[in-house]
Amino acid sequence: MQSDLHEIALSVNGKSYRRVVESRMLLSDFLRHELMLAGTHVGCEHGVCGACTILLNGAPVRSCLMLAVQADGHELATVEGLANDTGLHPIQQAMHEHHGLQCGYCTPGILMTMTAFLKENPAPSEAEVREALSGNLCRCTGYQNIVDAMLAAAKAMRGGAL
Amino acid sequence: MKPAPFKYVKASSITHALSLKAEHGDDARFLAGGQSLIPAMNFRLARPAVLIDINGLSDLAGCAEVEGGKVRLGALTRYCALERDGDFLKSCPLFADALPHIAHPQVRNRGTIGGNLSHADPASELPALAVAMQARMHLKSATGEREVDASDFFVGLLTTDVQPDEMLVDITWPVQKPRSGACFVEVARRRGDFALVGVAAIVTHDAEGRCSEVRLGLCGVGETPVDASGAASPLMGEKFGDKAVEAVAVGVRRMIEPAGNVHATPDYQRHVAGVLTGRALRAADRRIAHAV
Amino acid sequence: MTTRFFGAPVKRNEDKKLLTGQALFIDDVELPGMLHAALLRSQVAHARIKNIDTSAALQRGGVIAVYTAEDLGAYCQPGPLLVPPPPVPGIVFNLRTHVPLAKDTVRCAGEPLAIVVAESRYIAEDALDDIVVDLEILPAVVDLEKALEQDTTCVHADLGTNVAAHVRQTKGDYRRAAANADLTLKRRFRYEHGISSPIETRGVVAQWDARAEHMTVWDTTQAPVFVRNMLAGALGLGEGQVRVIAPFVGGGFGPKIMMLYPEEATLPWIAMRLNRPVKWIEDRFEHFVATTHERGQIHDAEIALARDGRILGVRDVFLHDNGAYNPYGLTVPINSQCTLLGPYVVPAYDSRFTSVFTNLPIVTPYRGAGRQHGVFVIERLLDLAAHELNIDPAEIRRRNFIPKDAFPFKNEIIYQDFAPLEYDSGNYEPVLDKALEAIGYADFVANEQPKLHAQGRSVGIGIACYVEGTGIGPYEGAKVQVRANGKVSVATGIGTQGQGHFTSFAQIVADQLGVDVTDVDIVTGDTDRFYWGAGTFASRGAVVAGNAVSEAAQAVRKKALKLASDAFECAEEDLVLADGKVSITGIPEKFIRLGELAQRANPMRGAVKPGTEPGLESTQYFGPSSGSTANGVHAAIIEVDPATFEVKILKYVVVHDCGTVINPMILEGQIHGGVAQGIGNAFYEKLSFDEQGQLLNASLADYLLPTSLEVPRMELDHTVTPSPLNPLGVKGAGEAGAIPVGPLFAQAIENALELKQRKIELLEIPLSPSRVFELIQEGGREDDKT
Repeated sequence: MQSDLHEIALSVNGKSYRRVVESRMLLSDFLRHELMLAGTHVGCEHGVCGACTILLNGAPVRSCLMLAVQADGHELATVEGLANDTGLHPIQQAMHEHHGLQCGYCTPGILMTMTAFLKENPAPSEAEVREALSGNLCRCTGYQNIVDAMLAAAKAMRGGAL
Repeated sequence: MKPAPFKYVKASSITHALSLKAEHGDDARFLAGGQSLIPAMNFRLARPAVLIDINGLSDLAGCAEVEGGKVRLGALTRYCALERDGDFLKSCPLFADALPHIAHPQVRNRGTIGGNLSHADPASELPALAVAMQARMHLKSATGEREVDASDFFVGLLTTDVQPDEMLVDITWPVQKPRSGACFVEVARRRGDFALVGVAAIVTHDAEGRCSEVRLGLCGVGETPVDASGAASPLMGEKFGDKAVEAVAVGVRRMIEPAGNVHATPDYQRHVAGVLTGRALRAADRRIAHAV
Repeated sequence: MTTRFFGAPVKRNEDKKLLTGQALFIDDVELPGMLHAALLRSQVAHARIKNIDTSAALQRGGVIAVYTAEDLGAYCQPGPLLVPPPPVPGIVFNLRTHVPLAKDTVRCAGEPLAIVVAESRYIAEDALDDIVVDLEILPAVVDLEKALEQDTTCVHADLGTNVAAHVRQTKGDYRRAAANADLTLKRRFRYEHGISSPIETRGVVAQWDARAEHMTVWDTTQAPVFVRNMLAGALGLGEGQVRVIAPFVGGGFGPKIMMLYPEEATLPWIAMRLNRPVKWIEDRFEHFVATTHERGQIHDAEIALARDGRILGVRDVFLHDNGAYNPYGLTVPINSQCTLLGPYVVPAYDSRFTSVFTNLPIVTPYRGAGRQHGVFVIERLLDLAAHELNIDPAEIRRRNFIPKDAFPFKNEIIYQDFAPLEYDSGNYEPVLDKALEAIGYADFVANEQPKLHAQGRSVGIGIACYVEGTGIGPYEGAKVQVRANGKVSVATGIGTQGQGHFTSFAQIVADQLGVDVTDVDIVTGDTDRFYWGAGTFASRGAVVAGNAVSEAAQAVRKKALKLASDAFECAEEDLVLADGKVSITGIPEKFIRLGELAQRANPMRGAVKPGTEPGLESTQYFGPSSGSTANGVHAAIIEVDPATFEVKILKYVVVHDCGTVINPMILEGQIHGGVAQGIGNAFYEKLSFDEQGQLLNASLADYLLPTSLEVPRMELDHTVTPSPLNPLGVKGAGEAGAIPVGPLFAQAIENALELKQRKIELLEIPLSPSRVFELIQEGGREDDKT
């Protein structure tokens, strides 16, 4: 069977890309192996673990549940776009300060989920943070330090000290 | 877990989508949110030859008031849009209870109510709401259209009345009546997991404060959502009270045939169905008092 | 020497790379011309292979090769025994190991039948559907007791039995103890531990350079040195021709040390044949059957006690689910056997187990490695005894603790490191005291609980104690080298899967050499950088590799001081090593930078003195004489919905003693993570196999890992009882959090629902709301009390 190919144009972290992809290529594989943005990780390919979470037009989605062709015309954000020339994003810095990562595999997905969450919820309670985090599985940390990091990041982004 | 090959077409209009579906029938599937379909394709449990992407059909999304005290939701309406629609949640408060139980925010950013209802997972919350609220499904094909009551829409395990050439285009929901209260509760192993048992309850009082109508819809306890409203007869015409509620719970337990699964035995589901019926009814009734 | 970093909660060196998505994980390895593999796995648990027809797969466009056992030929050999059985007298051990691709017989669902190599993983998976397999399905052996019945199907037909091993260990005289007891209690316990399910699955990339005759393998293994050695042997290459790199690994937890997995064995062989790099990444669905499990045991255990609650003896007979093959020997059941003794004086012990072959995936250690099972038995027996004797559950434990002046304490029976079990040091009462204080035990029992019950709330409390053997040999090594630019480079043979080695080892070196912790670069998991080692397992990284790093750093320190004292012509005692330089005490202007010293140690002219080596570097090894024992107490207050039996953890306390602590922040993270896995094991994670050996819940939607809503905030505290077995005094901590959570849940739920009073006992793990409901419906105990 001939491959079903489609041309797509999209932007990722502000940079434009134009590629030809097979219709069945998952967005997660496209980002990692076509665009070489391997910071987005794959954990399950059935939409449960959240490791593949990216932002689609600012909203967190599971990239393993989207086809690359569906990203045509959209703006994506991945973990590679969080830090800038001046340094780490406050959420990354907070994770470092609070030991919110061990193996680091689930971390990019968590960073993307929570960046979007904190933007809409700048002063969350611990319960709200835990709920927002519940769609991202972590096997190493037991979540406590991640929660602390998010509360600290929220404070820092509101203008307090980290 | 990569999907099997397929031909992808981005539908340019509803007409386009329907003509493709008429052409390919069951060999083609509509791609909406993809939150149920793509996992199935990744597991290779679903292998459509043609995937018709309808995400660009904005006409299929949205919330509109319809005469006769109803709300029409386009099938492509995403869960996250409903979560943000305060007016809608006030009109149909069962959604306010149910939506937070559906998976997680990342899934709710993409998943659609039409996709959910068409997939008809027996443990899914929205089918229980559809049956409790007596929603009406609007189906279209290249050659015509029709409406189906929720009670006739869910025909079997993961099976609806949607024909091979049809698309679910919108669903009409009655707005909550005056002197009514509603509540949805569920038991799941973790937040966001499919319900082991879910109960949607709507209680309506007459002018004297007696129950004039009770609607009950359950998920997780049958191959399709269960309309258990018939079990509510002990409450009809009565003032709300514990004894009557208990009798309803017993009636619900008697009428369902839960199959059990890896997480729960049928006895547990049956037991919890009774417990949640009581809790949902009590909460729904309390909310009437507050609304007045 | 200042200890600026050792013992401090130093932030991690490795974080930036991980946080910015720049760390290299296995699936990030991209090589020119790389091909992709997929494995066809048996859907049935037990079958004779009649034929595998790969011809259609070979026709598919994009498919480069398809291999079966037949194609591997002589390469398809059963793997070696990795861990020999311990030298226990009278032991029965039947070794049956797996082959890379199934030959003649399939013995568990998931066993590989064929491997496809294609231009993409997508095409490789398409080709799996093309392969036609003709199997004669055989009855599956799944139930442990049925497996031992007469005339039952044998997993290994040539063996004539499903007994993989039989081990009996005793100390003292149990019969006499029971005869003198005021109370004996006997129960049947079932304990199932689940799967590791790290967020990153396994993967292998193999690259063969035909001209250099060199093989490079990237592998998510916890033991790169052993994999290198085994691969070299299997492929007929010298060890120097094989390089194994364990990159950043997304969680190990034990099963990533099993070797050689079929994919580890076949991919390098394929790379040599095709002369192109090949990659295999395990998908989540595969992981459920392709990576090893820990599973279940059935214990018939009996305890004999005096009236005051002192243990006189324990007798335990148990069955252990081994899975289809036993390359890993008896580590898991031996740990169960030994860890049952816990922190208690158990004068008489008679423990007997049968390890049983089943048509299920191989069982190898997963965080806790069988300790959970033993701890469940003893902790539940003590709870039941406490109830019978009307003694408080915390008090009965206190009365049985090994007293602090009794160390080293000999438990006599043989442990997983082949030496008689000896607890090196410990002081258990303060740990219990701290835990009881932190959870508010006395006040909860006397005041809080009655108040909550009066409100109709079912809230209970649990306490569980354990001892964990850690830090076993054989050894690890480390090389510390000061570079010309003054930075320090360290290499060791173990790998890292998130434990923070890049930081904790740097702390050790930084203090010894007076440099900043960020100036110490650690390499783990690359066999070209360090040749020798065993791996990360059994909570031994910090203990064994940490001490090796310490020895090497101290040797380098000595060299630096010697070089500087020669240069300054002064005594070594007059020198101070700080801020990357050696200077004379009190005369800071007189200094030499470490980098400069390193350069001087490799002169272009002059002579290197006899008996010295060039360079400012040292390689040292450390092998402990035996494992050191850490211990801990967990306490929890859990609320149970009396109608639906859902639970909510209201408070969770861990008090832990792992000796000297290198980095308290990293240690706490390990405890948090362990407890989370323990909670999963206790109440959420259950492998559901049917009678045909099929796994019914092979997806993360139905195999329930705890989320941020199931894992509570934990309060941690610790005491420090250093180990006398290593210079740093450290003990291992990696598995601690996961070990006692099962009995803790059982105790707290029983307490919350007042089940003991209703003669209902929770004697199994995992539990769930449905299972608790079922047990209550069944009422009382079915099996014999005597």
